[in-house]
Amino acid sequence: MSYAISVNGQVHHVEDDGQTPLLWVLRDTLKLSGTKYGCGAAQCGACTVHVDGKPMRSCTLSLERASSARITTIEAVEGADVRAIQDAWVAHDVPQCGFCQSGQVMSAIALLRTVEKPTDRDIDLAMSGNLCRCATYNRIRAAIHDAASKLGTPT
Amino acid sequence: MIDLPEKKSRFRMTRRRLILGGSLIGGALVVGYIATNPMQVAGAILQGGGDDPRPSAFGPFIRITDDGWITVVNKQQELGQGIHAGLAAIVAEELDADWDRVRVVDSRSNFRAYGPQMTGASNGIASNWDLMRNAGAAARAMFVAAAALRWGVPSGSIDIRNGIVSHLDSRRTATFPELLADASRQPPPDSPMLKQPADYRLIGTDKVRRKDSLSKSTGAQVYTQDIQRPDMLVAMVAHSPRFGGTLARFDASDARKVKGVVDVFATETGVAVVAETTFAAWKGRDALRIEWDDSEAETRSTHELVRYYHDIAAGRSDVEPAEFDSKGDDSEVPFDDDVADFAFDFPYLAHAPMETLDCVAQVNGWDVSITSGAHLATVDQVYAAFAARTIPGKVDIEVVPAGGSFGRRGVLSSDYLVECVRIAKRTDGRPVKLMWSREDEIASGYFRPMSHHRVWVQLGRDGFPTRWRIHSVCQSLLPVGPNSLATEGITHSPYFSTASTVDGKIFTPTFPVVVGLWRSVGHSYTALVMEHIIDQLARRAGLDPAAYRRVFYEKVEDKRRLAVLDELCLKAGWGTPLETGWARGLAIHEAFGTIVGQVAEVRLVDGRPLVRRVVAVVDCGIAIAHDQIAAQMEGSIGFGLSAALYGAITLKDGIVQETNFDRYLVLRMNEMPVVETHIIASTSRPTGMGEPGVAPIAPAVANAILALTGQPTSRLPFLDGNARSNTDVSAQFNG
Amino acid sequence: MSWRASAFGNWRRRLKVGVLSVLGLIVVVGAGGLAYALYPRTMPQTQSIEIKLQPAEVERLRLASDFAAIADLNERSVALFEEAGRVIQHPRCMNCHPQTDRPTQTDAMRAHVPWVTRGLDGGGASTLRCSTCHGDTNFEPSGVPGNPTWMLAPIEMAWQGKTLGDICRQLLDPTRSHMTREELLRHMTEDELVGWAWHPGANRRPVPGAQAEFGALIKAWLETGAACPP
Repeated sequence: MSYAISVNGQVHHVEDDGQTPLLWVLRDTLKLSGTKYGCGAAQCGACTVHVDGKPMRSCTLSLERASSARITTIEAVEGADVRAIQDAWVAHDVPQCGFCQSGQVMSAIALLRTVEKPTDRDIDLAMSGNLCRCATYNRIRAAIHDAASKLGTPT
Repeated sequence: MIDLPEKKSRFRMTRRRLILGGSLIGGALVVGYIATNPMQVAGAILQGGGDDPRPSAFGPFIRITDDGWITVVNKQQELGQGIHAGLAAIVAEELDADWDRVRVVDSRSNFRAYGPQMTGASNGIASNWDLMRNAGAAARAMFVAAAALRWGVPSGSIDIRNGIVSHLDSRRTATFPELLADASRQPPPDSPMLKQPADYRLIGTDKVRRKDSLSKSTGAQVYTQDIQRPDMLVAMVAHSPRFGGTLARFDASDARKVKGVVDVFATETGVAVVAETTFAAWKGRDALRIEWDDSEAETRSTHELVRYYHDIAAGRSDVEPAEFDSKGDDSEVPFDDDVADFAFDFPYLAHAPMETLDCVAQVNGWDVSITSGAHLATVDQVYAAFAARTIPGKVDIEVVPAGGSFGRRGVLSSDYLVECVRIAKRTDGRPVKLMWSREDEIASGYFRPMSHHRVWVQLGRDGFPTRWRIHSVCQSLLPVGPNSLATEGITHSPYFSTASTVDGKIFTPTFPVVVGLWRSVGHSYTALVMEHIIDQLARRAGLDPAAYRRVFYEKVEDKRRLAVLDELCLKAGWGTPLETGWARGLAIHEAFGTIVGQVAEVRLVDGRPLVRRVVAVVDCGIAIAHDQIAAQMEGSIGFGLSAALYGAITLKDGIVQETNFDRYLVLRMNEMPVVETHIIASTSRPTGMGEPGVAPIAPAVANAILALTGQPTSRLPFLDGNARSNTDVSAQFNG
Repeated sequence: MSWRASAFGNWRRRLKVGVLSVLGLIVVVGAGGLAYALYPRTMPQTQSIEIKLQPAEVERLRLASDFAAIADLNERSVALFEEAGRVIQHPRCMNCHPQTDRPTQTDAMRAHVPWVTRGLDGGGASTLRCSTCHGDTNFEPSGVPGNPTWMLAPIEMAWQGKTLGDICRQLLDPTRSHMTREELLRHMTEDELVGWAWHPGANRRPVPGAQAEFGALIKAWLETGAACPP
């Protein structure tokens, strides 16, 4: 079946099984490889994308369901908060192997869009669905606090 | 009839002598040449028939271009440990380059150009220290010579700082690009002058940072999983659910009906499904019907293996022990009644890097081209060649950063890479990306081996050991040679120093479960064996665990361990009171030449250890990148704590029960303790940092639990069964 | 002087430390690999294998009419509820009626992984909603279950750690169940999320019987005076 799917502001016509996980449509069909496969079971968060602005795991979202929403991936997510987060990620040298970081960044952006000044508890609640085997968690936490305070400071 | 043979034999003798003499001389020449030029010989064998990288006037590791960029070639595998930045910093230091104009590229596999490419044993910095210093210093000398020639001044009066070549007296300066053409024509010096640690301007400063943080924060970094090639196919393989199981029969009729499936065939490791997309391969694999032959397979369950190990240690099996450490002989002397005896059991552990195993390969006749996060590129090249029936020189591996490995990609059989090449041999030259699911990866073996340890310690009147007996049971970590990695961290322990006899034996059973190298290898459990025993002995002796350790370290005059211990006690506030319900645990362990001490602050809630803070002290020789050392310490503690709390691969009738992160639990954001890292100043050669931080965390936590409850730990993980689930830690920290 | 010599200088040291062991390893790897590569083996070809269907074990629920033989109304009511309890106390139902802020999962009723909390509305914390992972339907490729109203029961409706009698009395207490008896009957018979328990997808074990049968049991229990087990 053919589905019209809106990804990063562009409508693509995808000919595929409606039960195909969005993750594989993004990676294999649309060649957007920033969104990663880590577990395929909504356990690790490496495949997090924004669906109508909300963070969702693309490994457990069908093409059929995704076709009725606006999808944003790490490649095209933008805004002052995105820049603040990515700057903080670099300033803290957060990544090690880096494989989970697309998902971490997407979750962190969604967090700051929900809670302007997250507490440690807010960060725990929002980010515990994103695994990092290199255990860069402390730096992720520091970078989120850093980005939040930079965004809160009028320039 | 009688004469003839004599004649013949005389003639034969002469010929034999000739051949013998000739081959002796020839052999001696060959052996002599190999002995004096082993790298060239290995290079010729391994890279023969292959291409070399574009030549650079500054050697294989440095390229300088007229835009002012200095490109350092990283021959190691970047799997998160930050080796690219460390190696580049060494080059930039000796070259006095501007760090902001230094970039790093990963090398392809090429023994002839780069020497052995094997990342492991935390040796990335240690084994390339001289190589990179010499490369940087030689390039620097070439720029100095070029400037001296151009300006007509003695080379001794020329200085380089931050990429600017200057002559102070005449106030002349030049940049690298301005001198590039001249410098390239200078002969590289044989043994260039190397800097003294006191003169370092970059190494050991906060300037040394990762070069890949931006690309890894924007999704731009390309891993093997992300590779797309024109006409590329994706393959998945159905593997035997049991170790040692082989394919009996399979039915591909339904799999072939899946849209996008191109081919289905049996391969050495199972049934391969080749498709146009990943999900098509996935569905195709799900549609296979397979029967496995388990006649040679391992069919025991974990509890049976544990019992088997206990029997082996008790001498109730035909597994013969080998000595790994010994002092004196007390085999006939019985232990006293008050002997302290201990038993430990450790489980199998999977690596579970965030990127599962994957590889892209294309086979065109003799030529094999591979893209992979290859850990041991040199070994991988050889195995890929055999799999494709070609020569290693015809195998070109494009090494890309790996999404973690922790040892899984560094196996001495190159399993997943060979699997990919075998499939690519059957796709008529189309490139193939092999994808493993998370479930494939977790059940695939090359586990940190399970092990059992029985320890008896006889204590003297002063409370210090007079006799040690350690009997360990563990599968061999290497395919050949003695099983020495299994007891690394116990062998030659400083804690043996007060004893007059030591009896260390290793039993090495063999059965089909595949084991391998897991971040910190044998140290991942030997640290707990030794450090947890020491705390229990200190309690028996009525001594403070830190003071108790100091006695051993002083006895063997281990200044490095003493310095780590002192700094650790100071920074962790050892001996100062904590809030009620909290306790500190201390552990110090040496691995890969690096000494790490950790103090963990632990509380028990419903029997679950909660770790809120870990103070770590490390002596890793010259500290090149302080921030990356801290990052490795944080990561190692998270990785080690993950395993200590939850890590266990369990078998039921030979089948791995853990499938994904819901059953093979790993530490999450809310469970990560605060980590403070302190580095001991040193001018010794740098040692490794990727693994040593993993080892001490489990005993540090066990020692804290011992302090809290008086209960020793005799097995890992701390949590099992239904308790094996991530928990809400942060809510408990202040409660 | 060539680059190679310089780059690999300091022969004695390198020879001592690494080169020989590296070469030794390569020789071993080479010999092993060659032996393995040349070892003759034949590969099986695809052949027809019959699909062996494991007869799915359907757990039956006794029907409401089966209890008509119990003369004592109170006794019958209790028996009806105890039969309904086979559904109520099934992990499919209990997992979303936890006594903490965290759901459980699987038949072993382990704490939900990843760590999640109920949030203000039972639909997850505002920053990690249930809908981050759970969709409108079960999704077979990931194994993640789903329903349009996927959420936790309010904490006052916690069932875990309680006896069937406690659960029964709790259901009948409108301050805790937030339901009149009519609403309770509708919840049990028609609620879509409750209905999910009969179609949980993947390899999850469904609750016994069918939702209509369960609804009939509840109806009969209410009509017989809604007596609770002790």
